Amino acid sequence: MFKRFAATFGAALLFASAVQAANISGAGATFPAPLYAKWAETYKATTGVGLNYQAIGSGGGIKQIKAKTVDFGASDKPLKPAELAAAGLYQFPTVMGGVVPIVNLPGIKPGQIKLTGALLGDIFMGTIKKWNDPRIAAVNRGVRLLPIPITVVHRSDGSGTSFLFTTYLAMKNPAWAAKVGASDAVAWPAGIGGKGNDGVSAFVKQTMGSIGYVEYAYAKQNRATHILLQNKAGGFPQPNAPAFSAAAAGAKWQQAPGNYVLLLDQQGAAAWPITGVTFILVYKNQTSAANGASVLKFFDWAYKKGDASAVALDYVPLPAPVKALMRTQWLANVKAGGKPVYVSR
Amino acid sequence: MATAAPMESRFGHPKATGGIIFEAACFAAATLLLAALGGVVISLAIGGWPAFQQFGFGFLTSSEWNPVTEVYGAGTAIVGTLITSFLALLVALPLALGVAVFLVEFCPRVIAQPIAIAVELLAGIPSIVYGMWGLFVLAPWFAENVQMPLMMSAEPGSWQETLFSGIPNGANIFTASLILAVMILPYMAAVMRELFMTVPPQLREAAYGLGCTPFEVVRSVVVPYVRRGVIGVIMLGLGRALGETMAVTFIIGNSHDFPDSVFASGSTIASTIANEFAEATSDMHSAALVALGLVLFLITFIVLAFARLLLRGQKI
Repeated sequence: MFKRFAATFGAALLFASAVQAANISGAGATFPAPLYAKWAETYKATTGVGLNYQAIGSGGGIKQIKAKTVDFGASDKPLKPAELAAAGLYQFPTVMGGVVPIVNLPGIKPGQIKLTGALLGDIFMGTIKKWNDPRIAAVNRGVRLLPIPITVVHRSDGSGTSFLFTTYLAMKNPAWAAKVGASDAVAWPAGIGGKGNDGVSAFVKQTMGSIGYVEYAYAKQNRATHILLQNKAGGFPQPNAPAFSAAAAGAKWQQAPGNYVLLLDQQGAAAWPITGVTFILVYKNQTSAANGASVLKFFDWAYKKGDASAVALDYVPLPAPVKALMRTQWLANVKAGGKPVYVSR
Repeated sequence: MATAAPMESRFGHPKATGGIIFEAACFAAATLLLAALGGVVISLAIGGWPAFQQFGFGFLTSSEWNPVTEVYGAGTAIVGTLITSFLALLVALPLALGVAVFLVEFCPRVIAQPIAIAVELLAGIPSIVYGMWGLFVLAPWFAENVQMPLMMSAEPGSWQETLFSGIPNGANIFTASLILAVMILPYMAAVMRELFMTVPPQLREAAYGLGCTPFEVVRSVVVPYVRRGVIGVIMLGLGRALGETMAVTFIIGNSHDFPDSVFASGSTIASTIANEFAEATSDMHSAALVALGLVLFLITFIVLAFARLLLRGQKI
C-alpha cells in the first residue's frame, strides 16, 4: 500500500517538476488577470505549458520585471519610451477595456445623462455641486434634473482605471490638469474613496446623487446606471465593445515610439473617449532564448485563439492590424544573443 | 523567578545531549524571532529613509498626500489611525467589561461555555469579512437610520450641523471605529474573563459575606484586584486596532484630509498602505508608504511598551 503510494507520489513529483521547467512566470496588472488566467488554463490544456501569473498590481509588475524575478511584467499603463529604454524593456498591448462613469439618480435610466469631459472634470473637482446645475442641464435638454447634491466617488486604491480616468480629465479640463493631474492615485479634491471597482460601485449604489467610475466589464455585469460621454467628434456613443474598437482603430501604433499609446479621446464618431489598453513588458535582450520564446509564443497563441474568451469576459480584443504589427515588432525587438526569439508561423 | 542562562541546566544535573539540543533549539527559535523583528525595523527604516530625508519632520504633520506632485505627509493618516483606534476602544471597553463580568460573576454554567465559544469565534472572523459586512450592511443601515436623521435634525448653522456634516452613505471615521470596536471586543472580553478568574475566591466570598451587592463586589474587589491587568488588556486591544487594515479600508472613505466632523471620511496608516502599495510605481511613493509603515510600527511599539510597563508585577 505504502509502496504504491510512494511510487505514485514520486511519479507525480517528477511530472510536476518536468512541467515546472517549461512554465512561464509573469506578474502585474489586476485588470487583465481573469483573462490571463483563462488563457493560461486553455493554453496549458493544449500545449502543456503553464503560466503562473501573479496579479499584484501594475506597480508591482514593473518592479518585478525590473528585478528580473519574472519572465514578463504586466501594466495597465504604458511606460514612457525613456523609461523603457533605461530599463532595456519592450512593451506590447494585449487587450482593451474602458472606463465608464456610473451614477445613482432617482428616475434616471442607464445612458440617459450626457456629460462632456470638461463637465466631468468640474464635477470631480467639486466645482459643480448639484445635478440641476445649468451647465449639466445645457447638455441634457428634456431630462428632469433634481437639485440633488453631487457626491463624487473615486477609487481609493492606486489603479490603472484611475490612471485612465484622471488622464482623460486632465486632457479635457485645464483646471484639473493644473490642480490635480493624472496618475494611478491622485490627491482627489472631492468625494470619498471606495476600494476597488466593487467598493466604488457599492458607494454609488448606496448614495443618492453620487457619481463614480468603474471598468466597463464591471459596469456591464452589475447593470450599473452608466452615463454617456461626448467624444472628440461630438457624438455620445454607448460604452460597448464596438465603441472601444473604434477608439483603437483611430490610434496610430505605427508612429508611437515604444508603443506608448493612450486610447483616450480618440478620433472617430463611434469611439468611446475613455478607452485603455493593458501592456506586457519583456526584456529586449533575453538572457534565455527559450524563456523569451515561450512568453511570445503564449501571447502569439492568445492573439490567435484568445479573442473568444476575451469577449466572453467582457474584454475587447485588439484589432487584427495591431496584432500583425506587434508580431513584426517582436521579430525586430526581442532578441537573445542578437537573434530574434520569436519564430513567426 | 530567576532566569537561567541559556546553556546552563536549571537544576544543576549533568546535562544529557538531548537536553542541550533542546535548549539550543529553543534559544535559536527565540533569537530568530528577535532577528526577524530587527530585520523588519531596519528594512522599514532603510526603505522609508528617502521620504524622511525629503520631507523631514513635516512628514509627520503635513496633510498633503499627492502622488502626482510627489509630496507626501502622514499627518492625516496618523490622526485617522489614532482617532479610530481610541473611538473603537471607547466603545469596546465597557462592552468587554460587561461580557467578562457577566461570564465570571453571574452566568449560569450551562450557557457560560456557549457564550465563551461564541466570543472566541467572533475573534476568528477574518478582517475582510468584517469589511464586507461593514460596506454592504452596516454602512447603508447606519446612513439611513442614524446619519440622515441626525443631519436632518440639526439646525442650520448650529454646532450640531458641523458635527454631523459629511457624505450621507455611512462610510466615515465613526462607522470605521464601530467596526474596529466589534473586531477588538472579543479579544478584550476573552482576556478580561481570564483576568477576573484569577481573583481569589476567598476575596469575593468575603465581600459577599460582608453584605456587598454583586455590583459592589465587581467595583470594589474584582476590578481593583486586576486593575493593572485591565489596563494591559486595553493597550493590547489598542495595539490590534492601530494595525487593522482591510475592514477599515473598506469603510473609512479614504480621504487624505483632517476630519472636520464625526461623519467625515478619513484614512489610517494601514488603509493608506493597503490602498496604494500595489500601484506605487515611483520610488518616492514607495518610500513614503514604507515610512508610513515605520511610523505605525513605532506607534504600536510605544503602546505595547506602555502595556508591558503597566503589566509588570501583575500575575495573569
